[in-house]
Amino acid sequence: MATLDSHVPPGPLADKWRRHKADIRLVNPANKRKYEIIVVGAGLAGASAASSLADLGYKVKCFVFHDSPRRAHSIAAQGGINAAKNYQNDGDSVHRLFYDTLKGGDYRSREANVHRLAEVSVNIIDQCVAQGVPFAREYGGLLANRSFGGAQVSRTFYARGQTGQQLLLGAYSALSRTIGAGLVELHPQAEMLDLVIVDGQAKGIIVRDLVTGKISRHAADAVVLATGGYGNVFNLSTYARGSNATAIWRAYKRGACLANPCYTQIHPTCIPVSGDYQSKLTLMSESLRNDGRIWVPRKKEDRLRPPASIAEGDRDYYLERMYPSFGNLCPRDIASRAAKRVCDEGRGVGETGLGVYLDFADAVRRLGEGGVRERYGNLFDIYHEITAESAYTAPMRIFPAVHYTMGGLWVDYNLMSNIPGLFVLGEANFSDHGANRLGASALMQGLADGYFVLPYTIGGYLATQPPGSRPGADGAEFMAAEASVTAMTARLLANKGRQPVSHFHKRLGKILWELCGMARTRAGLEQALRQIPALREEFWADVLVPGSAATFNQSLEQAGRVADFLELGELLCRDALTREESCGGHFREEHQYPDGECKRDDEHFGHVAAWEYQGEGKPPLRNVEPLNYEFIKMSVRNYK
Amino acid sequence: MVALATPRTLSVTLRVWRQAGPGQPGKFVDYPAKDLSPNMSFLELLDVVNDGLTLQGGEPIAFAHDCREGICGTCSCTINGKPHGPGQGIATCQLYLRTFRDGDVIVVEPFRARAFPVVKDLVTDRTAFDRIQQAGGFITARAGSAPEANALPVPKGDADLAMDAAQCIGCGACVAACKNASAMLFVAAKVSHLGLLPQGQAERDRRVLAMVATMDSLGFGGCSNQYECSAACPKLISHDFIARLNRDYLTASLRATFQPEPAGGGGAG
Ligand code: FES
Repeated sequence: MATLDSHVPPGPLADKWRRHKADIRLVNPANKRKYEIIVVGAGLAGASAASSLADLGYKVKCFVFHDSPRRAHSIAAQGGINAAKNYQNDGDSVHRLFYDTLKGGDYRSREANVHRLAEVSVNIIDQCVAQGVPFAREYGGLLANRSFGGAQVSRTFYARGQTGQQLLLGAYSALSRTIGAGLVELHPQAEMLDLVIVDGQAKGIIVRDLVTGKISRHAADAVVLATGGYGNVFNLSTYARGSNATAIWRAYKRGACLANPCYTQIHPTCIPVSGDYQSKLTLMSESLRNDGRIWVPRKKEDRLRPPASIAEGDRDYYLERMYPSFGNLCPRDIASRAAKRVCDEGRGVGETGLGVYLDFADAVRRLGEGGVRERYGNLFDIYHEITAESAYTAPMRIFPAVHYTMGGLWVDYNLMSNIPGLFVLGEANFSDHGANRLGASALMQGLADGYFVLPYTIGGYLATQPPGSRPGADGAEFMAAEASVTAMTARLLANKGRQPVSHFHKRLGKILWELCGMARTRAGLEQALRQIPALREEFWADVLVPGSAATFNQSLEQAGRVADFLELGELLCRDALTREESCGGHFREEHQYPDGECKRDDEHFGHVAAWEYQGEGKPPLRNVEPLNYEFIKMSVRNYK
Repeated sequence: MVALATPRTLSVTLRVWRQAGPGQPGKFVDYPAKDLSPNMSFLELLDVVNDGLTLQGGEPIAFAHDCREGICGTCSCTINGKPHGPGQGIATCQLYLRTFRDGDVIVVEPFRARAFPVVKDLVTDRTAFDRIQQAGGFITARAGSAPEANALPVPKGDADLAMDAAQCIGCGACVAACKNASAMLFVAAKVSHLGLLPQGQAERDRRVLAMVATMDSLGFGGCSNQYECSAACPKLISHDFIARLNRDYLTASLRATFQPEPAGGGGAG
């Protein structure tokens, strides 16, 4: 059984991080270059971590499966990044950002981590501006802000609708600088396929070169995973097609606990599915909810009528009706479920009936078409590309889609997993968003972890490792891990099945979306827990992976990732079944208030569930980290 | 109005460049595809063709893609002779079949440029772009050293123009569109983005000189002012930035000639 000590430092909430930084053991500058750190992934968290560690003097090797670190999927975040700068003088503060994030997460995140996140949020903006991130500005030249879901202050910084892109390019530029200076060794198109544990500590990885197929072993003093979320387990999502869970899943199978996998975020404003060839769902930034109004017809019969012909009185602006004080800006989980509910009632719009309107008519009247274009032009363009419709003249049709995973590898306050030496950052860890993430908080967390948390906390671990104690990459553990990777590749290629990988991925996605999506039931989850293992068996019996191991082989890459998803999907359902409550993105129909809101059970489930692998065919162990709220009272979320 | 309601389907023939690996001979191969929804994306069509090829025991077409929403810059096909295909201001992944007509033959090739060697089929190696960035595409600001963000106001016009340039997705369409395979638009976008901001001034000269020198060393051609690059750019980045790059480069070269930086630059040591 894993020991899950959160290592949250003692003392008042607002002093914990400051004191902890002062207490962390330091690595002597002359010794820093004797330590090698592997960073896997170069999204916001990975790139900011790799460059910051290199600037501190550590030797860093950075591995990305993309052809360039600039392509990581952080780049696609549209809306913005939160920070408690209070530039708008509207009453924001570190405490308020902390509180909003904790409450938005439905009281299922760790208090101290969230407070630290809110504290360093202000440094992130300073850092990004210094790097040349072209944030939106007011005419006076100062930074502009906008509001986002789950908050009543304006604290979101943005760069048009491409905030993630600009922040990632900022982090990428820092990474490029350190690569150019010879401080970071970059390995592009290199996919981590296993974690190597030596004497109970993470000391290296096994990597496949995606161009040549060559497998290599890499040793380090510490391993940092910043490999993103596992939302593609649903097949259709707003993730990039390449986003995968292989790094965290293989770490899980080496003993790292995976926490709260059932906390998945379904984003309310995405473009609806149009056909079964579909490979990808596209998000329409939540920032649109600032000026767009969400509605469906009051009467079922009206659902196929042109929206303009539906009289004001025949429309149901259901979020404004149900949540008068937050209205269209209520948190994501709430907005998504409300959309599902009105569609279940038969009032959904569009051919499939799985859609609601997001209407800008009022905004166009108020701001003029130019004003709307200034704020959202690129999003309207994306919408037009995909649907061939103009949102300036007719409302958008939107529907919820899988967007983010709050669950991830378990980490302590230092961002270290239960395996010493293994650190996990950004979406790949579980720590800051509880059961639901607020908009504009993912970018904040990725950069907080990479620029301002890990560079301090990793020293505390390395100081316990004598310089030069790093094992060689040809020890028995490395050879064994390499052999298992090679064996899995060989097994996939040798299979003379009859179905392509995509066939299984689609079916898995369908099971999860239907039985473990926006609303979950005991019966449904039990059904999924029968179907997924059966599908996995079918996969191994019937998958057809063309090509060879020693070449650029995208089918093989995909096969390995889907094989992992077929296992992870089962754990996701198991977690959802065990958590007999509703909270944030995890909605169990059995546990709701009469008005359909989440009914938490703090007494029995006010904890983190961290699953521990027990070997093939054996049920995993459910470890528990109690969430002891010292400063905030867990209460019922109220956005009414 | 509802595009989904369109019942019509179309059939096309994909004429695809197949090449087993770097430096190997390649050739076009035809793949017919039938009864396709006009709402299908071009990359989804490649997915469908690939699943078919797999089932027939063939080897699927390698193509680069990731975000499929026009922002990561991974996708990179030249379609009917145009990088990212017909349509303005979009990447390959944002191309939908409704753009084509029933019976069309669609010619699909990798981005062609000396500095972007083919890896396989439609996939090229664009690491040359990363190398240009590593040479100088940054503002040095170590974590922890930044001043308060609002201490330095930036005129909105400058910030907006910097953002126009910063939108570059690094796909390489500009290079593929240029008959000289020049990377001027790519470099101009980065140099302009950083050079327009007050934070970027300290390294402005050094940046432009280093980035241009690296670009030249990697096999990219020169600019002959035809501006095919801007027309092919998925973000429609203006070729005006090339003029700005030229100006910056000239000024920096002059300054370097007449006020050379002290050699070594070892600082206080
Ligand atoms: S796949 Fe990302 S830009 Fe096309």
